[in-house]
Amino acid sequence: MASILTLIYLIASITFIVGLKMLAHPARARKGNLIAAAGMAAAIAGTILLYEDDNGNGLQNHFWILGGLIIGAIAGTVAARKVKMTAMPEMVSMFNGMGGACAALISVVEFEHLMSSLHATPGLTVIESAFQSGLRTHLLIILAGLIIGSISFAGSMIAWGKLNGSIRDITFRGQHLFNIVVLLLVFLMFFYLVGWLPANGVLLFYTVLGLSLLYGVFFVMPIGGADMPVVISLLNSFTGVAAACGGFLYDNKAMLTGGILVGAAGTFLTILMCKAMNRSLLNVLIGSFGSDQKQSGGTNAHGTTYKEISLSDAAMVMNYAQKIIIVPGYGLAVAQAQHTCHELEKLLELKGVEVTYAIHPVAGRMPGHMNVLLAEADVSYDKLQEMEQANSEFPTTDVVLVLGANDVVNPAAKDDPSSPIYGMPILDVSLAKTVIVNKRSMKPGYAGIENALFFQPKTSMLFGDAKQVLQNLINELKEL
Amino acid sequence: METFFSFIAAHQQMIYIVILMVFVGIEVIGRVPAVLHTPLMSGANAIHGVVIIGAIIVMGQAAEDNYTALVLGFIAVIVGTLNVVGGFVVTDRMLEMFSGRKNTKNQQPKNK
Repeated sequence: MASILTLIYLIASITFIVGLKMLAHPARARKGNLIAAAGMAAAIAGTILLYEDDNGNGLQNHFWILGGLIIGAIAGTVAARKVKMTAMPEMVSMFNGMGGACAALISVVEFEHLMSSLHATPGLTVIESAFQSGLRTHLLIILAGLIIGSISFAGSMIAWGKLNGSIRDITFRGQHLFNIVVLLLVFLMFFYLVGWLPANGVLLFYTVLGLSLLYGVFFVMPIGGADMPVVISLLNSFTGVAAACGGFLYDNKAMLTGGILVGAAGTFLTILMCKAMNRSLLNVLIGSFGSDQKQSGGTNAHGTTYKEISLSDAAMVMNYAQKIIIVPGYGLAVAQAQHTCHELEKLLELKGVEVTYAIHPVAGRMPGHMNVLLAEADVSYDKLQEMEQANSEFPTTDVVLVLGANDVVNPAAKDDPSSPIYGMPILDVSLAKTVIVNKRSMKPGYAGIENALFFQPKTSMLFGDAKQVLQNLINELKEL
Repeated sequence: METFFSFIAAHQQMIYIVILMVFVGIEVIGRVPAVLHTPLMSGANAIHGVVIIGAIIVMGQAAEDNYTALVLGFIAVIVGTLNVVGGFVVTDRMLEMFSGRKNTKNQQPKNK
């Protein structure tokens, strides 16, 4: 029986690797996801039916297990099905936090288990020392799973709250120092617990749990919303490592491979995302957005004014353009305007205008966010240009239509060293002949910085909800 | 230090797997296009939901009268399942849009 389960775990591990590999290719991604899901289902079913401990005892409480699975499956499916495309990043963060919580809970139960077995065997000193060495590694893994899992849980919940707007950035003086002290305390207690197995271990264990949760909260708290994707990706890899701790605990290869695979891939993905913003991971984690440097942006002090353009003028300009590049951003996602945007694109194409999309790697709230949205609206894959490609196209472009994007087109990233986004590569839309910016208001973007682009003479503002504005543009264009 | 060595000795095989998996993880997503960053993160998120196996074992080994273990294990199973099922469904929903586009693209030349 146990050997069948070993085989199931082996197959599950392979599906995880193959699934992840396929997820990295556009054409095979969906199948890859399904393959990994099938492997997971087999591993879960196999565990329930075939798992035996070292003494050959199977699992009990099947009723509870199935109940939990059913509740979790229904809630998970409903939440994942009902969530709006714009809220996808939050959802990922939320599910990631659940995984972290799961790992932390396992550690708590296993610790209680360990403590009760410890009391039950007062034992001889010689045997005790041998027993303790085995117990130490056990405790080491339990603690590691607890710390990483709870940091991931608390951090993900904060990231979730920040993305849906219910938690604001909170910063205070000496926050980084505070974080380092908390983390140091966690480490010290970790070593003390594992090294000395003190009598007050239970109290220490829960102190470690509390401090880890606290660290998770304050680790994410100062990081600005624009950097949240990077943080979620990092916490994602944390949860992977926490799951791998479970693999050590139960000598379970499927948990180990799955966990470490995600831990490594997640960390690598985090670095890729940082690279897309031309910043180091450390800079993202420490150089928090919206801290003291925020006031230094002097763009608004110039007293320059922006100019508005009317709908009919905008339609006119676009009608007689040869080449238009659309720069989508979070505003497009909020307004759910991707279908209307595609309609406008088709209409302009009919009129002989060349229309493409310039996708900044971190446009929206997550890398790839815009691609997913536009794909939903059937926008052709060939029309999406990556940043470098688009930047070389801008000088020959007549009109750039910026739809609810802000920070990714902010020239401050290029020429204002005091700006918090300085150094991030941007879409250089001011190289084009005309820039039309659609925004709901003049409010600054997600990073909370003023955008000098809006005040440039070649830029005109077209205020309103993206979907509404695009629909009106289409109507105007049809009449021309 | 002793603990550390005994840890390595006791889990030698596992540590080899860890090291190899680190390389596999990096290699496997090595050339992912930016388009797929979000679905890939979401898919990876679902895969680490494998921690649910641990939750099932905890739950299954809890004694009938150990209510702390039963309740905590039960919650662990629920949140673990949320991670797995929600993760895969969200990923599938994101990717659905990609495949939808692929199909229409393939059909168009035939129609013409």
